[in-house]
Amino acid sequence: MYYRIEVTYKDSLFDSPGKGIKKDIEEDLQIKGVESVRTIDIYKLDTDITKEDAIFLGKQLFSDPVIQKYAVNRPLTADFKWIVEVGFKPGVTDNVSVTTMEGISDILGRKFKGSVSTARQYIIKGNISKKEIELIATRLLANPVIETYEILNRKKIDKGTAVKKVKTVPVVEKVDLDVSDDELVRISDSKLLSLNLEEMQVIRKYYKSKVRERKKYGLGKKPTDVELEMIAQTWSEHCKHKIFNAIVEYKEGNKGIRINSLFDTYIRQATEKISKKKDWLVSLFKDNAGIVNFDKNYNIAFKVETHNHPSAIEPYGGAVTGIVGVNRDIMGAGLGGDLIFNTDIFCFAPPDININDVPEKILHPKRIFKGVRRGVEHGGNKIGVPTANGTIIFHNGYIGNPLVFCGTGGIMPKKIKKVDTSKKVVKPGDLIVMVGGRIGKDGIHGATFSSRKLDEATPVQAVQIGAPIVQKKMMDVLFEARDRSYYRAITDNGAGGLSSSVGEMAILSDGCLVNLEKAPVKYPGLVPWELWVSEAQERMTVAVKPEYIDDFLKLCKSRDVEASVLGKFTDSGKIHVKYGKKTVLNLDLKFVHKGLPTMVLKAEWKKPYIKEPNFKEPVNLSNELLKILSSYNVCSKEWVVRQYDHEVRGGTVLKPLVGSENDGPSDAGIIRPIFSSNRGVVVSNGINPNYGLIDPYWMAMSCIDEAVRNIVSAGGNFEKISLLDNFCWGNPILSENNPDGDFKMAQLVRAAKGCYDVAVKYGTPFISGKDSFHNEYEIDEKTITIPPTLLISAIGIIDNIETAVSMDAKKDGDLVYIIGETLSELGGSQYYHKKGFLGNNVPKVNPASAKKIYKALNRITNKKLAASIHDCSDGGLAVALAETAFAGGLGMKVSLRDVPADTKRNDFILFSESNSRFVVTIHPENKVSFEKIFNGCVFSHIGYVTKEKQFIIKGTNRKIIISKPIKTLKEAWKKTLRW
Amino acid sequence: MVKKKPKALVLLTAGTNCDLETEYALNLAGAQAEKVHINDFIAKKRKLKEYQILTIPGGFSFGDDIAAGKVLANKIKFKLEKQIESFVKDKKPVIGICNGFQVLVKLGFLPDIYKKLDQEVTLAINNTGKFEDMWIYLKANKRAKCIFTEGIDKVIYLPIAHGEGRFISKDQSIDNIIKKQNLIVFQYCSSSGNINFNSNPNGSENNIAGICNTGGTILGMMPHPERFITKHQHPRWTREDLPDEGDGLLIFKNTVNYVANGL
Repeated sequence: MYYRIEVTYKDSLFDSPGKGIKKDIEEDLQIKGVESVRTIDIYKLDTDITKEDAIFLGKQLFSDPVIQKYAVNRPLTADFKWIVEVGFKPGVTDNVSVTTMEGISDILGRKFKGSVSTARQYIIKGNISKKEIELIATRLLANPVIETYEILNRKKIDKGTAVKKVKTVPVVEKVDLDVSDDELVRISDSKLLSLNLEEMQVIRKYYKSKVRERKKYGLGKKPTDVELEMIAQTWSEHCKHKIFNAIVEYKEGNKGIRINSLFDTYIRQATEKISKKKDWLVSLFKDNAGIVNFDKNYNIAFKVETHNHPSAIEPYGGAVTGIVGVNRDIMGAGLGGDLIFNTDIFCFAPPDININDVPEKILHPKRIFKGVRRGVEHGGNKIGVPTANGTIIFHNGYIGNPLVFCGTGGIMPKKIKKVDTSKKVVKPGDLIVMVGGRIGKDGIHGATFSSRKLDEATPVQAVQIGAPIVQKKMMDVLFEARDRSYYRAITDNGAGGLSSSVGEMAILSDGCLVNLEKAPVKYPGLVPWELWVSEAQERMTVAVKPEYIDDFLKLCKSRDVEASVLGKFTDSGKIHVKYGKKTVLNLDLKFVHKGLPTMVLKAEWKKPYIKEPNFKEPVNLSNELLKILSSYNVCSKEWVVRQYDHEVRGGTVLKPLVGSENDGPSDAGIIRPIFSSNRGVVVSNGINPNYGLIDPYWMAMSCIDEAVRNIVSAGGNFEKISLLDNFCWGNPILSENNPDGDFKMAQLVRAAKGCYDVAVKYGTPFISGKDSFHNEYEIDEKTITIPPTLLISAIGIIDNIETAVSMDAKKDGDLVYIIGETLSELGGSQYYHKKGFLGNNVPKVNPASAKKIYKALNRITNKKLAASIHDCSDGGLAVALAETAFAGGLGMKVSLRDVPADTKRNDFILFSESNSRFVVTIHPENKVSFEKIFNGCVFSHIGYVTKEKQFIIKGTNRKIIISKPIKTLKEAWKKTLRW
Repeated sequence: MVKKKPKALVLLTAGTNCDLETEYALNLAGAQAEKVHINDFIAKKRKLKEYQILTIPGGFSFGDDIAAGKVLANKIKFKLEKQIESFVKDKKPVIGICNGFQVLVKLGFLPDIYKKLDQEVTLAINNTGKFEDMWIYLKANKRAKCIFTEGIDKVIYLPIAHGEGRFISKDQSIDNIIKKQNLIVFQYCSSSGNINFNSNPNGSENNIAGICNTGGTILGMMPHPERFITKHQHPRWTREDLPDEGDGLLIFKNTVNYVANGL
């Protein structure tokens, strides 16, 4: 029987979701005339229950008797102009339907049989045209990539449609590679393999050498689609980082060098050099996350991932899966880390771009922003991980391709039953068990999808939705299993799905034998290659000890978590995959993992000629400050931060929002992961794409400096900081279609070199990283490339959280200091940006003097000599001072004459973004000890914190150049993103 | 003689996520807390009567799908009803925080004026339409006849983190009885203790943040007392002189003391 149960608010009650939609229609779509929007939730059941049961469920499960009403098989709509009904396309994850089935089973006392799907109706009243309602449906209510929508001007009578039954036929196709080179390229393109000619040729050669051996397994000489798909996934840019491991022929002027792998030369080597002096590095580069020492009992793990392409197409799903995906990286690091914080960084185009200026196939940046934010809310909040730190960058270059960085930190006991938890072991005979969600067509080709640029023909099945609760259940049970030592190794099913998780774990035992027929599916109709590479979310693969397999399966069952034995690990040297009795894949492990040819890439650096702007110092500098404070890049992100649970787990001791009214911007987040210990984890980020447009070398230096100074600013130990590098670039492979590929490659080389140079001098090792290329969007044969973007995420230790310092001014009469030198280097600054310039003089880093400052600042915080510390970054000294003052609810008087600077221009001193600088306030009685510690560094006493709530700055000529109530400054800073 | 510590249950289910801090708060308050999955009670591997205190912690049970707390409430009602009813009948204390409060309300345990275990009030989507994490001030009702607020005389400060916390009574008579019988335990207020429109974060009727049942042994509240147990959890500990103990701990201590002094 088909039942359609509709639920809505009682007429007298206010419909919060409807009210929000109305606001979005008016503000985001600029459509006036909507009188009201009300929502109706719809549950469609196709099951063998009676009408009485359906009515009982309407009352007991689907509606809230206090505020809602419901109807079974009759529409609830009364008065309307338009109805828009939005549901999911077949095959798209519908989380509520899964919960509904469990809810029905609980109530009726028997297992639910049949199907459930959900939808939502928007009942719209007012003067809205057909054209406008179309716009509202496609630009706001539904995302046609994953959802179906129907626009009605009459009540909907829905009798349901019979679902066509599909039978799975395990079809395996064979692909003939004994063809011309042109044909090889065509095969790669048409199958979305993203493999180049040379790689296709290597594969062809491999098969020619294997004819006899393949016969033994009942395989012909042609590769099966399962095999080809696995090779493509494993050899994808996403999984093998081909560009970062390529040989680069780098030219600069008439100098040329050959670099053998950017990763080995700059990233790994930096860490190797540093590691000789640091005894706290535990597991680097080889696992799903970097692992370092926390204290004598625990290690911590950290990883930041990107989820750019999925978020461009379906921002909500892209962001949820970004979060839950990186959560699994921590769950799959070593034997599994418990999640202690998230950190999320986004790059969008400005949200106020006119809707008509956004190409039709691209989602408006505000929609992407809101969708991503909601995704992070659902991913982070539902799993229960505090979002402790993050930032949002706005730049026109991200219009076709936003960047969504999702990071997670975790903690794990160093030993469980005497076993080192930072290492994975797999023994032949261990069972391959897949735990968590089921396999669907969602996320097929994700790895190869991220390895090509976006265009109008981007495959839809690469979009994933994410089911946080399925993952939460899975994680909870896996921790129980971990603590009972049921498994020896664990890894997540991310890019490449099973082919990648099983393929990688098989290296540890030297082989595996899998039967795909055992894999649980969301719906029938998946062919073997899809089962093998699907990136359906919420799945981990574990190597279970044979003696514990029954206990393991029983435990999972008792927690309502699905676990399926798919095969076992072997030492055959082969990846051997069957479907039923038939072999569908047989590949040498060595070939799959080591057979990939190395790319040779060209890079030529010609420093872009960017004119340094020439303009007079503005007369009204108060206005300039207000403009910068309210700019998207500098303004308060409170609207976003509050919608994230940033203190679940009770360990967030330095929150993202601090100060007298809990709204000042923290430099870093501090988490106390173990209640009984006063040791904390400090997390921060550094990112500045504007600098990258001028010179990525200095961008890299600046990003590392920013991340490091944020940690030190909050009180973190400079000697114990680890870094993650995360490069997001356009396509750096030179070709006819990509004529400036060599320039983009040169930008990459310079950024990597910048990383090396400053990391080695600071002694801050890289412990893991990520790179994402092809961040481009092609429309009407024009390619929009993002600015070269490097995110540096830092994780540090604060030995005693009692010594943490927040950025807000604390007390009137306190002395205000600037630490570090201010130089007239305003290239890429927010000040120039607001004036429409990029500029050429990009801020540089002087590692030797910076290091001295950081060490001194550590001594200051350890002795609790600072009342507040705030780093100077976007918007420079002026913004840092203003934020310090208004976050503390206090005024400030500062003289620019006392600021150590190489210029007399007030605007340059105020807004220069020179690195390695801090604004520090101290109680007067600490003056002598404070200055003694900074002896030898550039620093200066520049003013006072005042009781009078006025922000006053005197210029280099002793005249007052800025005077504004702190309330005015704060309001300018807060109003921009108060949506 | 050392008194035996009361055994406190932190009930787990799919989507529970405030279990660690709730366990810590209970232990610090003098209980012996244990986290146990609901399925272990349904499968009769464990029994509720092993415990003297039941806490349903915050989180997103079953993803808040359909409505917050709804599916877990039904699971308890249809799978564990007898066990939990006898737990309550024995006057053993029950605390539901955030999602736990939503569960107790939807289960009909709070306020349960008519003793029929029917749902009499609800926690709807915030009038802001948003999930929000922020710190708010609370005034405890001195006349509330419940075991949880003993000694809470001053305005207390705790965080909320929810999207569905707007308290609504089914009708005017329930609203009246809640007020008359002093079932309101906590109300959102200003820092000086004024209960007004501006201090209401989610549109709750009468600024209600927490209520108890008529017997005074069941407490439901949206704010998170377990997130303010030590001073470092306070958002302004880096600028204000604060006692080491957080405002939330007293609620757990009162619960433990009530049990320790004999039910």
